Amino acid sequence: MKWGVVRFPGSLDDGDALHALGAVMGQDAFLLWHKEETLGGADCVVLPGGFSYGDYLRTGAIARFSPIMKSVAKFAADGGLVIGTCNGFQILCEAHLLPGALTRNRTLSFICERVTVRVENARTPFTRAARAGELLRLPIKHGEGLYVAPDDELRQMEERGQVLLRYVDARGEESDAANLNGSTHAIAGVANARFNVFGLMPHPEHAVEAMLGGTDGLRIFQSIVESVG
Amino acid sequence: MQVKVFVTPRVGILDPQGRAVEHALKSLGFTGASDVKVGKYIVLEVDAPSSAQARAEVKRMCEQLLANPIIEDFRFEVEGE
Repeated sequence: MKWGVVRFPGSLDDGDALHALGAVMGQDAFLLWHKEETLGGADCVVLPGGFSYGDYLRTGAIARFSPIMKSVAKFAADGGLVIGTCNGFQILCEAHLLPGALTRNRTLSFICERVTVRVENARTPFTRAARAGELLRLPIKHGEGLYVAPDDELRQMEERGQVLLRYVDARGEESDAANLNGSTHAIAGVANARFNVFGLMPHPEHAVEAMLGGTDGLRIFQSIVESVG
Repeated sequence: MQVKVFVTPRVGILDPQGRAVEHALKSLGFTGASDVKVGKYIVLEVDAPSSAQARAEVKRMCEQLLANPIIEDFRFEVEGE
């Protein structure tokens, strides 16, 4: 399958995403410059982490107006698969392709840690290679990852199973200490109501090789490969 | 005309910056300080034939870009009003 990895000015993890998909997984993955208006025939679009436009105003607030985002929005509206990690998640929220918003970590500090997340819904294109309740060890590195959404929206998201990943401790239990950034409902990753757009603060693209600390990130990408078929 | 836009964390949304500043103020002895919010102050010039039209335009700017209504409230002042 074909993967288009968007590079905005200030993207950082586009190279790692291409490496994970191309060199590690043998997929056809290519860069899409943010000024392009087509997606190169991609089956899945990846919005990588970084600090697009220097995070000016709010994280993701400027990047959502990049020319390519119109095509990404149309692609998503047509049912295309879109995944955003970290800054990509922030951009998807700002673009209203995902509910909610990401704001300053409750600690006010940048957090760079390997965390445990629990797969809450394994019946989606982004998690189908995992088991429900499976624990994944993934790195996070962000200053603004505290997920917020209006209460009624949160309730609907929980009912529909849109919360795909939640921060938990090493035993898989929710705890305040395990929720490092203070996200509402300990949310680490959410999908839209149609389950074709997914955003997560952890970085699956940084967890694809055992010698670099683990391969749990492959679960996410393998799920997408399986669902595209 | 000049417009001043004030963007603040939405009421009910956790504002860790405001809380940290409040804590620091209290530790300096300003025990009367409470409900501190840290936000943004944006100044811009708007070319519009009337302040009413400037107001309408700035409202759209706030809704589309300057503030995120999920986490932020905004208000603004138009010069000469």
